[in-house]
Amino acid sequence: MSLVYLVLQDNDNARYLVDGITHDNPHAVVQHQPAMIRIEAEGRLEIRRDTMEERLGRAWDVQEMLLDVITIGGNVDEDDDAFVLEWKN
Amino acid sequence: MSIEIKTNTVAPIRQTFSHIRRRFGDKPASRYQEASYDVAATINFHYRPQWQPDKLLNDVTRTCLVMRDWYAVSDPRQYYYGTYVQTRARMQETTEHEYAFCEKRDLLGRLSDEQRARILRALVPLRHAELGANTNNSGIAADGCATTVVQMHIYTAMDRLGIAQYLSRIGLLLDGGGTAALEQGKRLWLDDPVWQGLRRYVEDSFVVKDWFELTLAQNLVSDGLLFPLMYQKFDETLSAEGAGDVGMLTEFMRQWYAESSRWVDAMVKTVAAESESNRLQIEAWVEYWLARALEAQAPLAEISAGGAAFASVHQDFLARLNKLGLNIQ
Amino acid sequence: MTANKKKLGLKDKYRYLTRDLDWEPSYQDKKDIFPHEDFEGIKITDWDKWEDPFRLTMDSYWKYQAEKEKKLYAILDAFAQNNGQQTISDARYVNALKLFLGGISPCEYQAFQGFARVGRQFSGAGARVACQMQAIDELRHVQTQVHAMSHYNKHFNGLHDFAHMHDRVWFLSVPKSFFDDARTAGPFEFLTAISFSFEYVLTNLLFVPFMSGAAYNGDMATVTFGFSAQSDEARHMTLGLEVIKFMLEQHEDNVPIIQGWIDKWFWRGNRLLSLVGMMMDYMLPNKVMSWAEAWEVYFEEAGGALFKDLERYGIRPPKYVEQCPIAKQHVSHQAWATFYQYSQATNFHTWMPSDEEMDWLSAKYPETFDQYYRERFTFWREQQEKGERFYNNTLPQLCQVCQIPTIFTEPDDATQLSHRSHVHEGERYHFCSDGCCDIFKNQPEKYVQAWLPVHQIYQGNCGGSDVESVVRDYYNINIGEDNFEYLGSPEHQRWLEWKGLNPAVAPLPKAS
Repeated sequence: MSLVYLVLQDNDNARYLVDGITHDNPHAVVQHQPAMIRIEAEGRLEIRRDTMEERLGRAWDVQEMLLDVITIGGNVDEDDDAFVLEWKN
Repeated sequence: MSIEIKTNTVAPIRQTFSHIRRRFGDKPASRYQEASYDVAATINFHYRPQWQPDKLLNDVTRTCLVMRDWYAVSDPRQYYYGTYVQTRARMQETTEHEYAFCEKRDLLGRLSDEQRARILRALVPLRHAELGANTNNSGIAADGCATTVVQMHIYTAMDRLGIAQYLSRIGLLLDGGGTAALEQGKRLWLDDPVWQGLRRYVEDSFVVKDWFELTLAQNLVSDGLLFPLMYQKFDETLSAEGAGDVGMLTEFMRQWYAESSRWVDAMVKTVAAESESNRLQIEAWVEYWLARALEAQAPLAEISAGGAAFASVHQDFLARLNKLGLNIQ
Repeated sequence: MTANKKKLGLKDKYRYLTRDLDWEPSYQDKKDIFPHEDFEGIKITDWDKWEDPFRLTMDSYWKYQAEKEKKLYAILDAFAQNNGQQTISDARYVNALKLFLGGISPCEYQAFQGFARVGRQFSGAGARVACQMQAIDELRHVQTQVHAMSHYNKHFNGLHDFAHMHDRVWFLSVPKSFFDDARTAGPFEFLTAISFSFEYVLTNLLFVPFMSGAAYNGDMATVTFGFSAQSDEARHMTLGLEVIKFMLEQHEDNVPIIQGWIDKWFWRGNRLLSLVGMMMDYMLPNKVMSWAEAWEVYFEEAGGALFKDLERYGIRPPKYVEQCPIAKQHVSHQAWATFYQYSQATNFHTWMPSDEEMDWLSAKYPETFDQYYRERFTFWREQQEKGERFYNNTLPQLCQVCQIPTIFTEPDDATQLSHRSHVHEGERYHFCSDGCCDIFKNQPEKYVQAWLPVHQIYQGNCGGSDVESVVRDYYNINIGEDNFEYLGSPEHQRWLEWKGLNPAVAPLPKAS
């Protein structure tokens, strides 16, 4: 299975994102590098709106992740409830 | 007693980039200047465009108008990307608030059936014309050469997409969140005789090759009549009928037009003042497109603010042209 | 009052707010409205199958982008006000920024122009709008880069005339010709070149490890614009992948055309990135990862997954990709050795690595550095210590396609320079590799047009007849300030003063 990945700027928003992502994707691996955080996972990785809203205690739009993301690898599928990265094979 | 501050080691060795110094002198430059002047390539292009082998990649002859220096055209708003998006972000925040308020209180529900039908017929099909404006301005951003000129056009292209999206949201609101009004609006755009003049104007503008002619046809002439007619005069008509709430949904367009016509005027004025031949060519183009726009938009006046309002828009527009140094009757 | 509130999901809503704005024209022929769409042979049967990469409406775009800009400019202001240039790891670092501003930023501008054009030319409104959004993003990138570098320009040499230099200086024709090549191609090839091959497959190599390196070297201004720009890149990469899948799904006849473009643009991008390899291995005083390691993570791993995913369309990995595992052990050293020799003609300084840095290179490149490069670099350093800093005054031969001097070695023999040539219409053309030679053979009528800087100097098209006057008068390189060796340069001396150290007494090494 191929790795999908997501790299975030190392800032306060990222802490919530990393927390939410590791909760929903137990197979994800988090690496801290200078100024950035890389999260990779086999096959699939998702960021869920409900998980983020629970952590932040407010309404959270999936597109807010665009503020902090540095790069991604994988096919993107985005709707109101989740941002999904996936390799289809 | 004086305090001696040791600053010699941090004193800058130059104030700005060399190309900015050559234009504006050796002094600290504004962010607008550093972002907008002489960044585009001008010489030593490697290959001819496969899609237009008779021109260079960046080629000033994509318009027949001649400027010694296209950077003579500058933006009175001094927008570079950062100031542009921050201004629009503030505008959208207010607009979002208005749309949310309108939706929450169901203000459009207070319209009579006739008013609702008239608003649908007059405003919703405009979203297609806005996509046309978006497409044209992206093309101009690609064809022009000086950054001061092309960046105004790409910002405008995105603005027009934004306006098309606000108009679409009016359509959604008219149908309580459904798409029936949008579908009906599109049928009107395609088939209703009152819309065919404007649709023909837009489609004809798509095949204009000279980018300066295109910016005149789109940003000066067509918009110069259509925005005052549909967003000012028609808004006044609705207000007079007690349907002024719709104005909350078109405030963005009014504000945008007031701001945007400033750069259009500055550009046309500068280019027309460059030479007699530029001015004559601009007058010929404006004359041609003005006659067509008047014909195209007259039926739209009939379904919105009325012929008298359109006549006054026309008069105001002629006065605007004269202020730009153009002699158009 | 409307009884039931109908709510559209994100995907449907976005469709109504973008491609549904479009209509079938009837007053003009579609072919006249979109005249560039057919000549490349790509067959599009149904634009409705286009998948929007990110569903960002303009109001959200303005909102998010304004927030990013606000953050970015607050940091740039703070950086300038606090004289952040004094707290970077070492002044040698700034030379990477000189290469960046002259080599990359004007290409961001070219990307803006190219996307504005395809944002006009596709007949599918969904694709047009996605391209326009990238166009304005690219304009953002060039402008934020210029603004971030503006403060460095006030305190360092070599940055002062970047756009003028981009149009003229010999090594800057490498990135310039790359983007000229893409922009002069048709709209579908442009997207394959820039959105897919460059953005999706290769830009991570430029932005992610290099920017992380900038952070590690105390350069807050650069890391901030770099990461901020890269956050747009996530959208751009998605566009790159969607456009490739879309073209492949539209018609089977598209597959071989696209495969050809992927082969070409992978190779062109790979060559271009040699410059980035050198920036990472030699120009960052504090090192994060080696070029070879970055290549492994961001190309071999990520690209491997990508090409596995594309297999189902009949796409194979790019031609000559098998040469890269060997080349990644060499290119940065070969590029640095070249720039070291030609520092008299560059707007940035070069130097030989210290013992400690050479040890790092040995550790990162156990199979190549000691064996092929250490001895030469040590010799050059010894020469320099004797006051005989080496400069090569013979103009190099450039590859007709990538325009890099023919400095690379054979994939199977690191002691042998790789050189290919081909005769076209009675004239012999020279190449650095089979990859570049193939590109030429597929489109000779295009590549014979290349504005090759060395040829142009010989033909007298760059002002003077001698290198020094070309460098001074045609390139606008300030001799003795912008160019030559770093050690002992005015910039080095100023740095020592900032740090309260004795200015170096060593005179500027002379050209041999």
